Amino acid sequence: MKNNVGREIPDEILNEKGYKTFKSVDIGNPEKQRVAPKVSVSTGDNKVVDSIEDVVKNNVKDGMTISFHHHFREGDFVFNKVMDIIINLGIKDLTLAPSSLTNVMNDKVVEAIKAGTITNITSSGMRGSLGEAVSHGLLKNPVIFRSHGNRARSIEEGEIKIDVAFLGVPNADRLGNANGMNGDAAFGSLGYALMDANYANKVVLLTDNLVDYPNTPASIKQTQVDYVVKVDQVGDPDRIGTGATRFTKNPKDLKIAKMVNDVIIHSPYFKQGFSFQTGSGGAALAVARFLRQSMIDNDIKASFALGGITKPIVDLLEEGLVNKVMDVQDFDKGAAGSMKSNKNQQEIDASWYADPDNKGAMVDQLDVSILSALEIDTDFNVNVMTGSNGVIRGAVGGHQDAATSKMTIISAPLTRGRIATVVPKVSTVVTPGDSIDVLVTEVGIAVNPKRKDLVEAFKQVPGLPLVSIDELQKRAEKIVGKPEEIQYTDRTVALVEYRDGTLVDAIKEIKD
Amino acid sequence: MGIKETALAGTLESSDIQITLSEGSGINIDLDSSVEALYGDQIKKVITDTLNKYGITDAKVKAVDKGALDCVVKARTMAVAQRALGTTEEPNWEVL
Amino acid sequence: MEERLRRTMMFVPGNNSGMVKDAGVYGADSIMFDLEDSVSMDQKDAARILVYEALQTQDYGNAELVVRVNGIDSPFFRSDVFAMVKAGIQVIRLPKVESAQMMKDLVSTIEEAEKKFGIKVGTTHVMAAIESARGVMKCLEIAESSDRMIGLALSAEDYTTDMKTHRYPDGAELEFARNMILHASRAAGIAAFDTVFTNMNDIEGFNHETEHIHQLGFDGKSLVNPRQIDLVNKVFEPTKKEIENALDVEAAIEEAQAKGSGVISMNGQMVDRPVVLRAQRVIRLAKASHLINEEGEYIEE
Repeated sequence: MKNNVGREIPDEILNEKGYKTFKSVDIGNPEKQRVAPKVSVSTGDNKVVDSIEDVVKNNVKDGMTISFHHHFREGDFVFNKVMDIIINLGIKDLTLAPSSLTNVMNDKVVEAIKAGTITNITSSGMRGSLGEAVSHGLLKNPVIFRSHGNRARSIEEGEIKIDVAFLGVPNADRLGNANGMNGDAAFGSLGYALMDANYANKVVLLTDNLVDYPNTPASIKQTQVDYVVKVDQVGDPDRIGTGATRFTKNPKDLKIAKMVNDVIIHSPYFKQGFSFQTGSGGAALAVARFLRQSMIDNDIKASFALGGITKPIVDLLEEGLVNKVMDVQDFDKGAAGSMKSNKNQQEIDASWYADPDNKGAMVDQLDVSILSALEIDTDFNVNVMTGSNGVIRGAVGGHQDAATSKMTIISAPLTRGRIATVVPKVSTVVTPGDSIDVLVTEVGIAVNPKRKDLVEAFKQVPGLPLVSIDELQKRAEKIVGKPEEIQYTDRTVALVEYRDGTLVDAIKEIKD
Repeated sequence: MGIKETALAGTLESSDIQITLSEGSGINIDLDSSVEALYGDQIKKVITDTLNKYGITDAKVKAVDKGALDCVVKARTMAVAQRALGTTEEPNWEVL
Repeated sequence: MEERLRRTMMFVPGNNSGMVKDAGVYGADSIMFDLEDSVSMDQKDAARILVYEALQTQDYGNAELVVRVNGIDSPFFRSDVFAMVKAGIQVIRLPKVESAQMMKDLVSTIEEAEKKFGIKVGTTHVMAAIESARGVMKCLEIAESSDRMIGLALSAEDYTTDMKTHRYPDGAELEFARNMILHASRAAGIAAFDTVFTNMNDIEGFNHETEHIHQLGFDGKSLVNPRQIDLVNKVFEPTKKEIENALDVEAAIEEAQAKGSGVISMNGQMVDRPVVLRAQRVIRLAKASHLINEEGEYIEE
């Protein structure tokens, strides 16, 4: 059956899994029932254990759902350590439900799938060897991709029921009070892991840094934690976040960033107290720098910056150009390090950040978001999940969530090498075009025709190169040529949910 | 017609293609490209057509593509063909 | 010579396929593909063909397209010129020019190529890079060497070496050459391009130099990096007062034309031709900087 972005969703998936197809980006005001975790009551004065193996043996059973967070990113030591033990114990048929999967986890996940340890996965995304393997049919059951906000929703509404959460932390006391801010492996906000801590039946903290009780500020609290496991090292500090963020010198990125900034400052949203979210790429960081100058020139201050945070955003906070930083994760050391010293950098969990079924999420208050795209089509649908060859190599992340903002800008080069970014049809729809308002490329700016107000506003601005998205698509095709069509089999290897839990697309197995 | 000597043109930088011609019978193209699934046939066609314009019908071609556009594929094939034929400073204006 | 803005002439290394491909997106007034110094000796043939193919297939918008060929004494010169003429290049820039004869030799090679490829003789324009003391002293004869000439460009690296000095922040060592080139260009009615500024991290120094050559009267500057384009354009932006004055002049011209009068007058004063020319240039610059719209209406902030 075709959904409302024209994607064919196989009927057997809809029937077997009780899915609904994507209808609308409008969430409405439904009434929702949330769930609560089991609590194993503890009154003792010490939860510290030395053996991960004992914890796994006593708590992880065949068929369970286990989870991890990805705040250590490419410096993560926890995932592989725990998964090795689970694989060696011969536990089978697990559902893996991490906040996301980074490259350091790829080979271990492939090994666990081959061993029958993992038979289901839900994640924000996957890349590299794991994405290749899944796209070529390694996993029998389709992977379910969920945005950060949707994962929070699914956990709160019981669609993801985490039996055991293994959460690495850079510090914890003997009862499990912990935060992400102190210690060798500090990464700043624990935003995504807070969901697991709150809703998993069993919460296992792993830390290399046991501190005196009571540990404050406590992002994860002793009321939530079952075990604290002391390990040698939870992560490689050099690979957790990139070092000093380098300002891009790529002239094309700079040109796009300047045009994005022009769009923002000429929009009706650029006024006292506006709010914004930028990504972590080179172009997004350059936008922050141009925006800073425009805010100074126009004497405008932002009420908050949201989402994944970088050093340039923290600099705006320290300069007084942004009043609050609402921080669900930190992409670099500068951002991670400032959380403990700046009370206006507020840690938020994934639900507060972006759960659509909420009594109000931060993304609903967002004026402007600047997002990236692997592909965007002439209906403004965006793909951040599969490469032009159809292989899984990305993540939903907060893309669908931040696209809720009043003006969502996609910033992307027209082509990358010989790959067109603006295409007739994206290979996978992740974020529906209805929530995308403006596309900025180095050769022109396309406004979603549904946003007549923005079209009118930007027409008045001299020098803004407005073009239709069809023109951009044709221009890209003229440069790179018409590609051959990717061949898929009939088998579904992954499902992409919209943030409300409906199906926005199904990803097929690559035909070899 | 074959070639006079083994030749190479182009670089391994992004948006370029490096092409090596060596002796062989018929045109045999060994293509290594990040966009092979999308443009493999097109790249091979451009290389073959261009070599034919220089009268080269027998050569082994090794091509390492880094996302080159057709005009770059063509330019690098022309450069390598001229080098393999020893005619770099007397370009074949009819082909150009 | 066709009047057009030549504020920025961006260098593009001729054998770099990524840069050749993207050269059109930065909004340079002129794009100069380089077959000379940025291309190593063993890649001259490959660069020539790459630029040739790119000129045939890529969209460079409204930019004026220029190629710097290898020197007239080099073994690559003739093939460079032939290939570029066949590709339909607008301007050929000859390096290290020291006499009118060198330009005449270039022009005769171009003419040969135009005839060979069935292109109307005179289509391809030329410009000269002045890179030596002799070149500076011969500026005027070089500027007047051919009807095809569109401009002179100063190339300071070779010039300062020839002068037994090097570049200084204040640019005093270039003052004579700049004035010679500028005067020769103006006398011949062609454009004058200032030299490149290579230290990308010294934005202040770059702005200072650009303001200086703008004050002297140069049309623009050669650039090594697209990031410098906006900076130059900013310096060349006319002031509000200049624009308003130019618009008044334009209105006076229209009024005179409507009346069928040959005499243009403004506030009871006759408007001279130089004033008209300056006003036209200000309006071109103002439109390029999006300060007035195509109809010549002032755009309020």
